Amino acid sequence: MSKHTQIKPQSQGFMHDQRKRRIVADIATYVLLTVLGIIWLLPIVWIFLESFNKNTAPYQETFFPTEFSLDSYISLFTETKVLNFPRMFMNTFIIAVFVCIISVFFVLSVAYCMSRMRFRGRRSFMNFVLILGMFPGIMSVVAIYFILKAMGLTSDGMTILALILVYSAGTGAGFYVMKGYMDTIPTSLDEAAMLDGCTRWQVFTKIIIPMCRPMIVYQAIVGFLTPWLDFVMAKVIARTQDNYTASLGLWLMLDKEYINSWFGRFAAAAVLISIPIAILFIVMQRFYQESMSGAVKG
Amino acid sequence: MSTVTLSQRELKRRRKLGAEYVAPSPYTLKAALEKGDIFTKLSALVFGLGNIVHKQYVKGLLFLAGEVGFILFMIFSGAHNLSMLPSLGWRKESSGWVGDEFVHTPGDNSVTILLYGVCTLVICLLFLLWWSLAIRSAYKAQCLGGKNGRAPSFMDDIHTLFDSKANILLLALPVAGILIFTVLPLIFMISMAFTSYDHNHLVLFDWVGLQNFKAVFSNSGSIISGRLFLSVLTWTLVWAFFATFLNFFFGLFLAMIIQRNTTRGKGFWRAVFSMSIAVPQFVSLLVMHQMLQPQGAVNRILEQWGWINGPMPFFTDTTWARVTVIVINLWVGIPYTIMQVTGILQNIPAELYEAAKIDGANWWQIFVKITMPYIIFVLTPYLITTFTGNVNNFNVIYLLTRGDPIPVGDSAGKTDLLITWLYKLTVDRSDYNLGAVIGIMTFIVLAVVSLITYRSSGSYKNEEAFR
Repeated sequence: MSKHTQIKPQSQGFMHDQRKRRIVADIATYVLLTVLGIIWLLPIVWIFLESFNKNTAPYQETFFPTEFSLDSYISLFTETKVLNFPRMFMNTFIIAVFVCIISVFFVLSVAYCMSRMRFRGRRSFMNFVLILGMFPGIMSVVAIYFILKAMGLTSDGMTILALILVYSAGTGAGFYVMKGYMDTIPTSLDEAAMLDGCTRWQVFTKIIIPMCRPMIVYQAIVGFLTPWLDFVMAKVIARTQDNYTASLGLWLMLDKEYINSWFGRFAAAAVLISIPIAILFIVMQRFYQESMSGAVKG
Repeated sequence: MSTVTLSQRELKRRRKLGAEYVAPSPYTLKAALEKGDIFTKLSALVFGLGNIVHKQYVKGLLFLAGEVGFILFMIFSGAHNLSMLPSLGWRKESSGWVGDEFVHTPGDNSVTILLYGVCTLVICLLFLLWWSLAIRSAYKAQCLGGKNGRAPSFMDDIHTLFDSKANILLLALPVAGILIFTVLPLIFMISMAFTSYDHNHLVLFDWVGLQNFKAVFSNSGSIISGRLFLSVLTWTLVWAFFATFLNFFFGLFLAMIIQRNTTRGKGFWRAVFSMSIAVPQFVSLLVMHQMLQPQGAVNRILEQWGWINGPMPFFTDTTWARVTVIVINLWVGIPYTIMQVTGILQNIPAELYEAAKIDGANWWQIFVKITMPYIIFVLTPYLITTFTGNVNNFNVIYLLTRGDPIPVGDSAGKTDLLITWLYKLTVDRSDYNLGAVIGIMTFIVLAVVSLITYRSSGSYKNEEAFR
């Protein structure tokens, strides 16, 4: 149906017939896109409006709120006795900054080795990582908790460190996209640099890293977002509320005990978290598409 | 040293890998033990001796320190850890009065014993590696010392670490991270599958061999049984199939509609659909969960309009719940497909279309013969990853339905996937052994599916043709 316009005019077809068919197809397209667009936007608009709802009960008479106020936002940040959302926000932010830095470094170094260096065990390592990826990640959550416990990292003050370790330690395995991007950088650049006396390390820091900037931005955002989006790992490792991350807090707000008094604040918190993440995501999208289109054309 | 005779296996390897081939180091363990001098051979006992003799003091001392450290570790805890591993401990915690004194014996904790045992085994393996490294390094020092008059100094070694051997420097930390936080937990968890570590045996448990695997396939167990496993497995595969292919086809359809020549505001429509990607998944899923409750917003509005009389059983009826999660997953997944497919649609060479039109093909023929094969070829790896991702799609199921509806007495609900079942078994019910078995099964399913599809896909068979 989408290709109607590309049909060659048939011998018996008149010009206005073609046009009519095209107009019908156009109208159908717009109607379909509008309906689907509304479906896609509805939940987002709904939660946004709910966050300004004066009536904070979870189940209401009307679909959209009728009275608006900023109460949910204010109480989210002022009433910190039961659930300390500002603190959860800070926890997540600290974790995210560290994970971001470490994961970029790990992914860059592994990708550089896989893309540029040739050594024995390279292919086995890549296959090994692929197979490792097929084990469900949830499977090791409990085991990781026991290991952290044995290392003494599950006590109250250490949870943030534990979460940083857990989120960043395995990131080296996610080198595939970065490696694909590095493969598109011509090796003649490396060779020229090495002829000029650069060591491999200098090639890495002075040529490859600056050239990978779009992918580094992408990787940095992915690393930064991990702690905001994950809640399985956090739920097992962070056992007390002081160490909760933001996603865990949101999850808790919808629990049976809390939902009646916390639903409005849940909506407010969801909006607050979504805005920065949405901005980061849009930035990331641009860099990702840029780098992917480069890789596909190659 | 100029001509290294390659074994049959090496020759085959070289032919297969072509330009990728890397020659083996001439300083092998075998050569070192056969051709090494007395110091090299003694290095097998006293690590680093060969290096020290050839004036590589720092390197030699490092090797020696590693050996001493390992021996001390084995004496003080390693040997004990290994000796406890076969029995996993038997002493019960006890306290009571012995004479006038209150005595508390802590007793054994099987989890700790298992963890330390596994760690010790891994350390032993690493030590074997260290051993072969020490011998080979000694042999290398001997050879280079004989050839150049002096073996490379410690500073030289540091320099090669930044140059020709930068891979060792760069990979050290990431690989250590993967080993400690991905591989070690996996070994630990897999070993749990062979024990009786469940909610009844939280402190002391034993090795039980393959009993847990039998429990999964027999019909006698109460928590886990062949019937339950089969139903969860079937639903997992059905779910993954629909989630992957419905997303793919609807996404493709939408992308093509937006891509039409006469559709205006292409950027606007794409932005509308990518809004849902920008909102964190768990937020949108929790919101959906809230909206679809019996008292939730959707049921309210439908009742207000008078379309329904009672609330619709979105998460309480098996079929309803299953369809609901698949449909909501469409909401989550289609934007990603649109993003992926749009780029590829734009990349299809225009001359293919022109040639087809000159030959008189209609739009359906063009779609079937050109667009689809091209997209399938490019996207097969992506489809496989999406399929495995959907088998492991914890978030959508757990946040939306938590496995509901759950028949009374079953450990898995009607919408539970293997992965959420695994989570419930381990985190909620503490049946770690069964969880581990389910994890291994999931791995097998994933490995088999991806192997079969990947092997029979065009992009695997013709991979070389495009290099």
